Amino acid sequence: MTYSVEKLSEEKVFKDPVHRYVHVRDRVIWDLVGTREFQRLRRIKQLGTTFLTFHGAEHSRFNHSLGVYEIVRRIIDDVFAGRQEWDHCDRLLTLCAALLHDLGHGPFSHAFEKVFDLDHEDFTRAIIVGDTEVNKVLQNVSRDFPEQVAEVIAKTSEKKLVVSLISSQIDADRMDYLQRDAYFTGVSYGQFDMERILRVMRPREEQVVIKKSGMHAVEDYIMSRYQMYWQVYFHPVSRSAEVILTKILHRAKHLFKENYPFKYEPAHFISLFCERLTLEDYLKLDEAVIMYYFQIWQDEHDPILSDLCRRFVNRNLFKYAEFDPAKEYKKLAELTALFIKAGIDPDYYLVVDSSSDLPYDFYRPGEEEERLPINLLMKSGELRELSRESEIVEAISGKRRTDHKLYYPADFLAAESTDNDIKKQIRTLLD
Amino acid sequence: MLKDHAKLMQAIKVSGEIVGRKKLQKMIYIAKKIHFPFNDRFQFHFYGPYSEELTTRVEELCNMGFLNEVKEKKGGYFQYRYTLTEPGKEFLSLNEVDMPLLADCLVDMNEKSARFLELVSTVLFFEDLPKEEVMNKVFTLKSSQRYTEAEIDEAYQYIESLKAKIQ
Repeated sequence: MTYSVEKLSEEKVFKDPVHRYVHVRDRVIWDLVGTREFQRLRRIKQLGTTFLTFHGAEHSRFNHSLGVYEIVRRIIDDVFAGRQEWDHCDRLLTLCAALLHDLGHGPFSHAFEKVFDLDHEDFTRAIIVGDTEVNKVLQNVSRDFPEQVAEVIAKTSEKKLVVSLISSQIDADRMDYLQRDAYFTGVSYGQFDMERILRVMRPREEQVVIKKSGMHAVEDYIMSRYQMYWQVYFHPVSRSAEVILTKILHRAKHLFKENYPFKYEPAHFISLFCERLTLEDYLKLDEAVIMYYFQIWQDEHDPILSDLCRRFVNRNLFKYAEFDPAKEYKKLAELTALFIKAGIDPDYYLVVDSSSDLPYDFYRPGEEEERLPINLLMKSGELRELSRESEIVEAISGKRRTDHKLYYPADFLAAESTDNDIKKQIRTLLD
Repeated sequence: MLKDHAKLMQAIKVSGEIVGRKKLQKMIYIAKKIHFPFNDRFQFHFYGPYSEELTTRVEELCNMGFLNEVKEKKGGYFQYRYTLTEPGKEFLSLNEVDMPLLADCLVDMNEKSARFLELVSTVLFFEDLPKEEVMNKVFTLKSSQRYTEAEIDEAYQYIESLKAKIQ
């Protein structure tokens, strides 16, 4: 039997708290799950530092990837099957892309990518087309199959309908992570009627569209996305942890460049610091490795590195104040000068964090073709952009809300010392 | 402090006025690809390279009162115009950004159409591929724009002319 259509002798299932079961019948999918590159995703948390705020948020990118695969499998096997606009030949390609879409994520990837100028999408591609176990499985389907999968994930494939199932403003990726993140954080905001949305999805040449009758279910999904953004993804305490994490990486990189004699050689970081990271180096990085370095760096002589690591490991995070850059940028300049006077390096201890620093987004109606919007399929066959039909969606996509916070170590400022006057001035400005 | 915001403000200041969100996205992407230090992350979307970070940053600057956004109806859709406000100029004067060659490149790009910049940014997105493959990408991924071979040639020449400006 051809490998691409080979089925397992009996269906395998993964128990899943969000979808109850993840079903696997295809040999290719089962083999991909077993590769070392996919298993690595077990060691990378889906929500990075959010577990320091919501203690349940320890779920991994492995869980999420299986979830996305399961949603896509249901759409194409249960909803699209037999429909004229859906080409059944794309089934395996779509399932593989769904399963592997996050394969290149690294540990705490948002902070890592910022500091070391990396892009997880580049690594996803490198793993799929490079000399890896994943590539070998995909090559067994056909020689150009790895490239096809990589292109769907990169959104550069000509199969736009397939791309839109995995990456669009109403895709399997978002539908899984909203529900999964809500489940593991324990919040009630991420709930929406996914079953209903799946039933009203229809394939069109260039994208998935939603039958008008399903609009209210989509409104719920958009609201859920909005609530999760502010209540979970943009939680100020998680952002504090993210700020400290970013500063640790900056400090370690800076020290390395200055030839600082680390007590323990940061072996896993050297190729990152030297900007010659290989795929194999990257695959060896996971969150256990990073946390190991944060543990040992607590004993480093450099006071900034050791302090930041202690803060992260022991969850002694920075405090925050609301910050309005328009009205307070002069105050920030004043604070920066006072921090320097007090001997507290503002590059590491006085940080503005903005909503644009976050890797999540709201629904965008795509008024100027910046992004493809969610289109509703009217009874007449016409397509109408969602916010033109839904007042609820129009209300939340029309009103832009942004946010900035100023992070600082309150404990440093409260400490008794000879420069107490300066610290008092700082506290007054921050109050 | 807010360095990435300041860079974007500088880009809009030197351009005078940028008409269209799509045009703004493509101008910053092209500037980044020819090595101006913009840190916004771009991904390929239906209409070419797009940065959600950049979109949010523009919204932040509008909410801060540093950017002026004018929404106007054009045909069947809305279009947005961006200029720097007086408070924005004051902020920028206190948070200087050193990108001396940026003005020359952005003023030039600003004179081009959003459609052409979409093509240029798509060519740059696939710059590691041979020209023939880039052409195939443009013809398949951008079929609705109906770009011609001559336009693609022009895009390549334009990229070279921009690179020459920063030599």
